[in-house]
Amino acid sequence: MRRIMLFVPLLIFIGLGYFLWRGLSIDPTELPSARLNQPFPAFELASLTEPSRMMTQDDLKGRPALVNIWATWCPTCKEEHAFLNQLAQQGVTIYGINYKDEPLKAREWLKRYLDPYAEVVLDKDGSLGIDLGVYGAPETYVIDAKGVIRYRHVGAVDAVVWKDLKAVMDQIEAEGAS
Amino acid sequence: MNHVLRSLLISAAMMFAASSVQATIEAYEFEDKATEERFQQLTEELRCPKCQNNNIADSNSPIASDLRREVYRMLNQGASDDEVIDFMVTRYGEFVLYKPRVTEMTWILWYGPFVLLGIGGLVVLLISRHKRRPVSREVESGLDASERERLNQLLEQDKKR
Repeated sequence: MRRIMLFVPLLIFIGLGYFLWRGLSIDPTELPSARLNQPFPAFELASLTEPSRMMTQDDLKGRPALVNIWATWCPTCKEEHAFLNQLAQQGVTIYGINYKDEPLKAREWLKRYLDPYAEVVLDKDGSLGIDLGVYGAPETYVIDAKGVIRYRHVGAVDAVVWKDLKAVMDQIEAEGAS
Repeated sequence: MNHVLRSLLISAAMMFAASSVQATIEAYEFEDKATEERFQQLTEELRCPKCQNNNIADSNSPIASDLRREVYRMLNQGASDDEVIDFMVTRYGEFVLYKPRVTEMTWILWYGPFVLLGIGGLVVLLISRHKRRPVSREVESGLDASERERLNQLLEQDKKR
């Protein structure tokens, strides 16, 4: 009994060490999305390209797609823009949400850097952003054909991130086929 | 006289400087004192999702300012504190609460320290009991009765000499 008691500090140390070691590999800036596996929040906002046309969450349904939150004031959005164009050329449906931006600048940006988006929703005051739980552009969501949020990525989309997004989209396709 | 005027001017300048610094955080008007206090408390308990070591009352990031506006809007519409907190949690997750709710997941957080304190107290109690026992007992020499008798005899002999 005495002998076993001697090992208690070691056991406590191992337990503590495990938690601290795990803490090293956790990225505190990466938050789990509270909206995962929930339907896309309801909205009624104008389209960026045709400001007179109102769009709702139903306009994003129909097929698996990416939803990309972007703005002209966000340098990382510019960084990922070329890659989004590539994806669009490969036939990936990408919806854009223009987040807290000036519509004139945003339209100018799409003209200059090409437009990868099937549709762009104009979220001028960021209300849809709040409903989605967006805390910084760019963010990219994967939604399925019914408009349910299946994945969220915070930060730029590049080839590495796309692998994860693609895996989720493939899984959705497989579900749809079966 | 000149002295007084100068110090007055300086203090006035400082006042303006201070107000221009404060202008980054917007001022909200409240119908009553109670709502204002609730707004203060809520914004201090809600964590800014972008700048993670600030609450939304102290942060001047755009998202914090949006969330303050949202809290203000909800309070003005008569929402309860719980409704505001639910609103934030459904969007940003439990993470935004600086004061986590008491749920099965947070039991260890809320009650863990008391359990540890209890264990510590128990250990202290056990150790102190353990220590006291040998002191109160007779000092053991490791001799049995006949040996003790002999020892006494030898000691007696010594005294007689």
